[in-house]
Amino acid sequence: MGCCGSGAELALLLPDARAAGEEVLLASRVVADGVRQTDLSVPAIHCGGCMRTVEAALTGLSGVQSARVNLSTKRATVRWLGDSVPPPFIETLKKAGFEAHLFDVEQDTKDSGLPELIRALAVAGFAASNIMLLSVSIWSGAGAETRDLFHWLSAFIALPALAYSGQIFFRSAWQALKHGRTNMDVPISLGVLLAFGMSLYETVQHGPHAYFDAAISLLFFLLIGRTLDHIMRERARLAVKGLARLAARGALVVQADGTQVYLPVSDIRLGTTVMLAAGERVPVDATVIKGVSELDVSLVSGEHTPLPATIGSVLRAGTLNLTGPLSIVATATAENSFLGEMLRMMEAAERGRSTYRRISDRAASLYAPVVHLTAFLTFVGWLAATGDMHRAVTIAIAVLIITCPCALGLAVPMVQVVAARRLFENGIMVKDGGALERLAEIDTVVLDKTGTLTSGVPRLIESGEVGHELIAIAAGLARHSRHPYSRALVDAAAGHPASPVEFDDISEHPGCGLEARAGAVAYRLGRPEWALANATDVERISGDESVVLAENGIRLADFRFEDRLRVDAAMGVAELRELGLPIEIVSGDREASVGSIAAELGIPHLAAVLPGGKAAHIAALEASGRKVLMIGDGLNDAPALAAAHASMAPASAADVGRNAADLVFLRESLSAVPLAIAIARRAGWLVRQNFAMAAAYNLLAVPFAVSGHVTPLVAAVAMSASSIVVVANALRLKGRRNSAPRPAVSPPAIAVLEAAE
Amino acid sequence: MMDYFYLIPIAIGLGLTALAAFMWSLRSGQYDDLDGAAERILHEETDTPIRRIPPTL
Repeated sequence: MGCCGSGAELALLLPDARAAGEEVLLASRVVADGVRQTDLSVPAIHCGGCMRTVEAALTGLSGVQSARVNLSTKRATVRWLGDSVPPPFIETLKKAGFEAHLFDVEQDTKDSGLPELIRALAVAGFAASNIMLLSVSIWSGAGAETRDLFHWLSAFIALPALAYSGQIFFRSAWQALKHGRTNMDVPISLGVLLAFGMSLYETVQHGPHAYFDAAISLLFFLLIGRTLDHIMRERARLAVKGLARLAARGALVVQADGTQVYLPVSDIRLGTTVMLAAGERVPVDATVIKGVSELDVSLVSGEHTPLPATIGSVLRAGTLNLTGPLSIVATATAENSFLGEMLRMMEAAERGRSTYRRISDRAASLYAPVVHLTAFLTFVGWLAATGDMHRAVTIAIAVLIITCPCALGLAVPMVQVVAARRLFENGIMVKDGGALERLAEIDTVVLDKTGTLTSGVPRLIESGEVGHELIAIAAGLARHSRHPYSRALVDAAAGHPASPVEFDDISEHPGCGLEARAGAVAYRLGRPEWALANATDVERISGDESVVLAENGIRLADFRFEDRLRVDAAMGVAELRELGLPIEIVSGDREASVGSIAAELGIPHLAAVLPGGKAAHIAALEASGRKVLMIGDGLNDAPALAAAHASMAPASAADVGRNAADLVFLRESLSAVPLAIAIARRAGWLVRQNFAMAAAYNLLAVPFAVSGHVTPLVAAVAMSASSIVVVANALRLKGRRNSAPRPAVSPPAIAVLEAAE
Repeated sequence: MMDYFYLIPIAIGLGLTALAAFMWSLRSGQYDDLDGAAERILHEETDTPIRRIPPTL
């Protein structure tokens, strides 16, 4: 791996990144005459050295015009000349030690939200600082003439700034009002507009008090919160998008006249014949018409043992062809394939789930009526008491300004950005702030087995009886196959001396195993019934999960494999239990393999559950009042992920699952789950603290406003002070080591939090 | 009072210049890769930015 190696964790999880020249061509686009651009996602880039290596490797290729790496998004943009055969980008990068994947720019509908927010923020910042300068002169006691001039100047700066930067809030408030709802943006918009209107009136009337500075700095503070929130979501979205695509992008199709073309998956019709090489994913549901192979179905059904495929076998889209080339006939189009079915089930599950209202929206629905009622009562009270219309309006608006939810608008996003940052440092990506809020509420954890509790990769069970030399021979053979068992053998032999036997003529027999010759001796590594000449020997070794190494048909050694538990799966489960969460396993794999893992961890389990069954199980739990955290990786988990209150997926998960999940964790370790829950709970606690502080501030400030003692100076000081307090409190999530109340967080989880600091 | 007639336009003009400069830097993609920019400064070879094209923006 690259230079510093900390990206290795990602590469381990990713499947083979392979892309044919046609696929690269398909994903590239023309940017100028004869120049094409290809975007590559290179997740392992993480320092300046990697950047140089990648750029040098790519620009060194003939035909490449320029290559530029973006370190923040971990992407490389390559411009190359020509229209047909692209230079071998991915192979070159692989040689340089970087796994690369094609990145589909067309699908990445870049949202214009962030640039718009930043521009609005810049304008508001400019206006706020200039108006504040003028206001300071006024507060310092400018004469009536100067004051009027400065008020007019402020109005001229404030008006365009309000029109430009205020849009973001006005639009959202208008949307909410149109649908008969209210959100935080309604009181904000109302407060800002009324403050501006009143100030303008005061200016025209040569009045002493104008609140231009309050209106604009309010916008500025709130836009900071809004922008932070957006950056957090954008960052997670890009990081998740940068992971490998597991779905096939296209397939080699045999046309009626016998020629072969590479077509996008969406162009595959019913009855189309597709050539599927070993190592490719099945693009659509299909039946095998030629060839023998084995298929890795772990992402589709949760079964971790590879399944044999021969003529007539039915393949589901998304499974991985392991050993031999196959000719298959499409039995469904892409939309009607297994993947499409999962998408429909996900939609159904999402419809079934009650829509979650963000905590700030819930606060706003309480807050807005109270504030507006207070302002209205103030107006009525002053009007009745003094009969002075102008004075009543002025004081009522001062109440609105002082209660404007500046602290609230900043309180939630600030905490969530700090929390997301903490999670990001620990290799966990959060989709949005709502996900954090929901994660803090969960009270039950449901786990998938294959690929979640286990890494989905089989491991050789070490038994003392097989010598290192035999393992080395087996690994020497296994090096020539991409079957998971072969890879496990190669892994097991790593660090031992290389095979003492020199093989020649190695061949792979799909569905059976590997065969090789060394002089007169024939070696076979594979299924017992194929490798062994003697049938009675076969009887002794049974089970799908064993492989035999034979010399001229005589058994040399047998190897057994098991799906490996993730690093500290047991510890992760123990930590979850200490958080007081009941845990269960729901898997699509067979009873035997689920049962043994469940027994090892001491968790109740359900085995051989269909995708719909998983979602139904979650829905039933939710219906009984539980809030479920679903953790899964497969296509078959996607509907369950969508149905759960909150969901997490490992980075190795299928695209759909990863997109459905609220959080994605990049590291091998399952301790990411308790860590994420602990941080989410702590963030929830800080958000509530911030709300309490904002409420306390209002309780303190409102009497002054109602009694008519608020001047623009007081409003500016009060507002800035409350914002600073709220931001400082949010930063405690990062800085403070041992603040007293940590509700329901267990000692080990705290230890993990502390260690991360 | 006369001082205002040139002092205020200068003050606001300076502010507007800064705002325009920020907008330009934003539009020309200088904030696209903050982590990368921090690393690139350490490399010796001349490093000119690639001209950006509208659709990727």
